[in-house]
Amino acid sequence: MGLRWFLFASDKTALNEKMTKTLFNMEKIRADFPMLSVKVRGKPYIYLDNAATTHKPLSVIEGIRRFDSEEYATVRRGAYLLGEKATSMFESVRERVARFINAENPSEIVFTSGTTQSINLVAYSFGRKFIGSGDEVIISHIEHHANILPWQILCSEKDAKLKVIPVADNGELIMEEYEKLLSEKTKIVAVTHASNVLGTIPPVREIVGLAKKVGAKTLIDGAQAAPHIKVDVKGLGCDFYVFSGHKMYGPTGVGVLYGRREVLETMPPYITGGEMIVTVTMEKSTYAKPPMRFEAGTPPVSQVIGLGYAIDYINSIGMDRIQAHEHELLEYATATLGKIPGLTIIGNAREKAALISFTLKNAHPHDVITILDEYGIAVRGGHHCAQPVMQRFGVPATTRASFSFYNKKEEIDALVEGLKKVIVFFS
Amino acid sequence: MSYKSELYQQVILDHNKNPRNYRKIEDATSSCLGHNPLCGDRITVYLKLDADNKISDISFSGDGCAISKASASLMTTFVKGKSIDDVKVIFDEFHKMIIGELDTGKTGHHLGKLTIFEGVREYPARTKCASLAWHTLKCSLEKKGETTME
Ligand SMILES: Cc1ncc(COP(=O)(O)O)c(C=O)c1O
Repeated sequence: MGLRWFLFASDKTALNEKMTKTLFNMEKIRADFPMLSVKVRGKPYIYLDNAATTHKPLSVIEGIRRFDSEEYATVRRGAYLLGEKATSMFESVRERVARFINAENPSEIVFTSGTTQSINLVAYSFGRKFIGSGDEVIISHIEHHANILPWQILCSEKDAKLKVIPVADNGELIMEEYEKLLSEKTKIVAVTHASNVLGTIPPVREIVGLAKKVGAKTLIDGAQAAPHIKVDVKGLGCDFYVFSGHKMYGPTGVGVLYGRREVLETMPPYITGGEMIVTVTMEKSTYAKPPMRFEAGTPPVSQVIGLGYAIDYINSIGMDRIQAHEHELLEYATATLGKIPGLTIIGNAREKAALISFTLKNAHPHDVITILDEYGIAVRGGHHCAQPVMQRFGVPATTRASFSFYNKKEEIDALVEGLKKVIVFFS
Repeated sequence: MSYKSELYQQVILDHNKNPRNYRKIEDATSSCLGHNPLCGDRITVYLKLDADNKISDISFSGDGCAISKASASLMTTFVKGKSIDDVKVIFDEFHKMIIGELDTGKTGHHLGKLTIFEGVREYPARTKCASLAWHTLKCSLEKKGETTME
């Protein structure tokens, strides 16, 4: 669906039709998010750092409050009524997550603490069992550090090779080079579904398809995609898909690892302890089946419940409408920011998530964000935990504005006005 | 309404645009590369010491935000001709000022024109920008070659 919409976008009439259909009541939606009416230094808070974390709708905040104050119990333990209820609420979130990303079965959904832990789980468990000396792991040049370091460490421990898909000047991955990197030595390909710096949405379906041909497994980092693009893991055919609750209107401290059942079943536990066993004696233990095998210890119960409400909220708006509105914001921001003299947009991939990284000729990102902050505008400046991207594009840092369906064009106008003041100030 | 701020004083803007002693000293006694991984700023401070352990020449190169560049520029103009011992005192006072532990209006100090950086104390996220040059100078005096801000 994600791809289809982006094809649509190039067709102006289709775009306009789509826009009128997707017009939603902005003020009503914004009223669902208490943080959006907060004032900063007496000014309206203009929040354009959604790639870092998103705000929560009342239904999530209220749902967690209700769970903690009226329904709270830990899960999979007590046979008392509230414990059973909590367990069934918890497991229903697993089912909703599975439906949300079109997984075959809820048992393919492992709850983790976030994207970072999900990737580490795969690198430690799958990686340590199946990757050995002389094997190869492929990542891309546009990965977040969370999808670089676990593989770097694994490769150095196992004497395996880390190979990197290069990125073109427009921010797109160079697919011909990727094909050349693939061989029967490739054991896993781990790439992002949407870059947190450049916005690039790589052709993940094609990347997965090519990896399969050489028998390699695939992991897709969906941290920036799950909240913004319709995800279909069955359609993609990937072995692993990972994302974080706090970037999709849910709480921090909870994330998801989707793993194809046949693959999860072959993997040893990652963290060990309670809840992930069948029997334990002092000599030997047998492990539970996935997903329990990978959920040792008491899980973040309230956070998982909150994630369920976040998914319900996204579904209530509809991913089609979310994508359409965010794409509209991206087009508007690209056009208006693009007109600012001395502003260079870094990352111009044809398929792009709703975020814009840029540099200003005479102002360093650190100064830009400090000044914008005084106008109540929150954007991010820095290397965005993706230093190789900075090195590739020859910049020490960028300023990044990242959008959500709850942002308005007026907020982009405020950003543009703010940037113009920054330019005058440093000229 | 144009932007005005306590942080970016006119002198700071001027030093950012026209940094003083912005060059390499070829026959430096020592130099150090200072790096702030948080924002990617990198500057190198070059030093020449005379026989009495006084700074006879100092310069810097590299790139960074307005605060770190202006701080480096002003620092080079301020410490030239001073002894290593004086510099240590100034380093400590400067550091205390920008983290809000030294109020230059109330307590005696040796900071002179460097007090224009006092506004930094209201911006905790920016203290490392202001102190990068000073840590790099210290590193250069200690002949360590490289320093990374934690
Ligand atoms: C693309 C990408 N991957 C991984 C992560 C890490 O996510 P988390 O910090 O929630 O584990 C992020 C967060 O910024 C991201 O943008």
